[in-house]
Amino acid sequence: MNDNNARRVVSVIVVNEASVLSRITDLFSGRGYNITSLTVAPIPESKYSRLTIVTSGSVRVIEQITKQLHKLIPVLRVYEHEDMVEKEMALIKFPISENLSDINTICEAYNGKIVNVGENVVIAMVSDEPKRIDNFLCAVKRYNPKEIVRSGAVALER
Amino acid sequence: MQISGAQMVIEALIAEGVDTVFGYPGGAIMNVYDAIYKQDKFRHILTRHEQAAVHAAEGYAKVSAKVGVAMITSGPGFTNAVTGLADAYMDSIPLVVISGQVPMSLIGTDAFQEIDAVGISRSCTKHNYLVTDAADLPRILKEAFYIARSGRPGPVHVDIPKDVTAQIAEYNYDIKLDLETYKPHTKGNPRQIKKAMQAIANSKRPVFYLGGGIINSNAADEVRELVHKTGIPAVETFMARGTLVHDDALLIGMLGMHGSYAANMAMSETDMVIALGARFDDRVTGKLSEFAKNATVIHVDIDPASISKLVNANFPIVGDIKNVVNDMLAQSSVIDAQNYEQWRETIINFNELHPLTYYEDSERLKPQWVIQRVGELLGDDANISTDVGQHQMWTAQFYPFSRPRQFISSGGLGTMGFGFPAAIGVKAAAPEKTSINFTGDGSILMNCQELMTAVEKKLPVINIILNNNFLGMVRQWQTLFYDKRHSETDLSVQPNFVKLAEAFGGIGYRVTTKEEFDAALQDAIKKDVVAFIEVKVERFENVMPMVPSGGSLFNMMLLEKKESK
Repeated sequence: MNDNNARRVVSVIVVNEASVLSRITDLFSGRGYNITSLTVAPIPESKYSRLTIVTSGSVRVIEQITKQLHKLIPVLRVYEHEDMVEKEMALIKFPISENLSDINTICEAYNGKIVNVGENVVIAMVSDEPKRIDNFLCAVKRYNPKEIVRSGAVALER
Repeated sequence: MQISGAQMVIEALIAEGVDTVFGYPGGAIMNVYDAIYKQDKFRHILTRHEQAAVHAAEGYAKVSAKVGVAMITSGPGFTNAVTGLADAYMDSIPLVVISGQVPMSLIGTDAFQEIDAVGISRSCTKHNYLVTDAADLPRILKEAFYIARSGRPGPVHVDIPKDVTAQIAEYNYDIKLDLETYKPHTKGNPRQIKKAMQAIANSKRPVFYLGGGIINSNAADEVRELVHKTGIPAVETFMARGTLVHDDALLIGMLGMHGSYAANMAMSETDMVIALGARFDDRVTGKLSEFAKNATVIHVDIDPASISKLVNANFPIVGDIKNVVNDMLAQSSVIDAQNYEQWRETIINFNELHPLTYYEDSERLKPQWVIQRVGELLGDDANISTDVGQHQMWTAQFYPFSRPRQFISSGGLGTMGFGFPAAIGVKAAAPEKTSINFTGDGSILMNCQELMTAVEKKLPVINIILNNNFLGMVRQWQTLFYDKRHSETDLSVQPNFVKLAEAFGGIGYRVTTKEEFDAALQDAIKKDVVAFIEVKVERFENVMPMVPSGGSLFNMMLLEKKESK
C-alpha cells in the first residue's frame, strides 16, 4: 500500500442526471489525477448509475480522490476497493487464416470463445481480471490480432 | 400558481429573503429583468461590469452572513462573471449567480452570445445547473440557495435559457428538498473530540490555528471563549482576521508568508496544532515538510476533503466549527491554562525579539502608517475591504480588527479588482458603517468603473489608494528574487486619480502628509460620497517579514533593525 503509484479501483454511485460524468472527469483532469479506465452504466431500477474508475496514486492521493468525489453534489457513495472481484471484457479480431482451434482453446482459458465468424475475420471474446486480460493479449500476439477493444474494469467488493 | 420562469426567479428570491441583487442585463436574461422592473420587494444594483456584480455580491454576503445574489446575461456577461465565481469558490462565499442562456432550440448552434456556461463554471462553483424546464425552477432555485449556504459554503450557478424564463409552469416554493446525495456533516464525533481534548491537555506547547471557517460558521464568540478558558495562544490566518480582538493577549498574530515572526515561530515550535476551519494553504505553511514538524495535529473542518489534504491530521474532526467548539467548551475543564505559562512567555519573547513594525525613515508617508491611522480614527466603526498586493498584506498586518466579518478580502484567488466592488456590496449590506477599501495604484484600475455604481446608488465607499507607482508586490519579488529587474511593474504613467473620481461625480484627494491625510479622510466621511484618497507613499517599501515562497516558516526575511522614530 506504500507504493506511490499503485493501481486503485474506485466505484462511484451517482445520480443519473445530465453532466454528472463531466463533473467526475473534470475533477480528475482539474486536479491532475489519472483515469486508466472508466466504465459507467445505470443501476437497474434506480435513479443512480455506477461508475468503476481505475486510477493510480499514493494512499494520500487516493484518499483525496475519494473525498473530492464525495464532495460532488450528485455523488451518493464512493468505494475504494480493497477486497474485490474485478472483471474486464475484451473483444479481439483475428484473421480467419489463423489457427482457430488454438485461438478458441486459449480463449476458453480466459472465460471466452470465438463469438463471431465473418468472411475474412473472426471475433473472440474473453472476460477475466484485467491483469489476466493483459496476459491473454500477450499470449495471442502470434495469431496477429487485427483489432483489440477492452471494456475497462467493473468491480464488486467481496 | 401558473407563472412564467422569469416570475419564478423573482418569487424565489423574495421567498429566500433576498433584499439586494447585483447585476447587469442583456439579451438572454431580459425576461427576468422585465420581471424585476415590475416588482418592488428587492432592490437591484446595476454595476458597470459583470465581474463587479459578483464581487459586490461577495462583499454583501461576507458582511451580512446571507447568500449574495448576482444576475448576468449569457456569453460575455457570463464569462465576465467567472472570475467572481472562482473567487467566491476559493474563499467559500455563499452566492447564487443566475445567468441567462440562449433559447434551448439554439443551444449548441454557436448562437449569438452563446457559451457553454455550465461547462465553464463546473470547476469554479460548488454546484451548477442548466435549467431545461420551467417546472424544475422552484426546486432548482431552492436547492441552489440551500447548497450555497450549507456545509462548506460556496457559489452556485444557475443557467436559464431564455425560452425557459418565458415558459409558463406551476410554481410552488413550499417544497421539501430531497437531496439524498448531499448531507453535510455538521456534528463532530464526540469520542474523537474527547480524545482530542485529552491530547491537548497532555501537550506542552499547543497553538490554536484559526481559519476562515470560524467566520463562515459564525463561531467567533465560541472560539474566543475556548481560547480564554484554555489559555492557549492562537494564530490567525489571513481569512480569520477579526476572530480575536486585535489586542487580545492570547492572539500571537497572523501566520504565513507575511505573518509575524512570533506567529511563525510559535507554529514551528508547537507540539500541538489545533486547526479550526483552516486549510493549510501554501501561503500559510511555507515548506510543508517543515511546517509544525513536531506537532500532533487536530483538524476540525466541515469539509472532509480539507482534512489531511496537505498535512496529516492525527485527530480529524468533521463538523461545523460552532458545534465542535461548543462540544470542546463542555470539556475544557480537562485543560489547565496554568500549564502553558512558560509557553506563553516564550511567545511574548518571540514578539519582543522581532515585533511586527515598520520605520518612518523616509520623506514620503509609509503605507503602514496610513492603515494604522485609519485604524486609530475608525477602528471598529469601519468595514475594511482590500484589493490584492502589498497594501492587502499591510492591511492584514496593521489594521486593528476587532470583530468577524469586518475584513473582506480576496484570499484564495488573489483577485486584483476585488476590493472596490466588494466594498460597494459591503456598504449596501451595512450602510451604518464606514466602508473603506484599501487599494493600490495597480488594483484600483481593474474595476474603477464602479465609481459610477457608487455614485448612482449613493454607496459612499472610501477608496484609499496607497500609491507607490509600482505593481508593488511583484516589484518586491523582482527586487528580492530577480536581481532588481523590475519587468513591467513600474506604474509611473498614471491617471489623475482625483480627476478620475470627479469625472464620475465622486470626490478625489491627493495627499502627501499626515495632516493632509487626516483632513481628507474626515472630509470624505463628512461629504458622504464615493471617494478616492490617493496617498503618495514610499515607493520601495517591502512587506516584511517574509517567508520566501517554498521556504520554512522559521526562515523569515526580517525587517532590518533601525532606530525607530
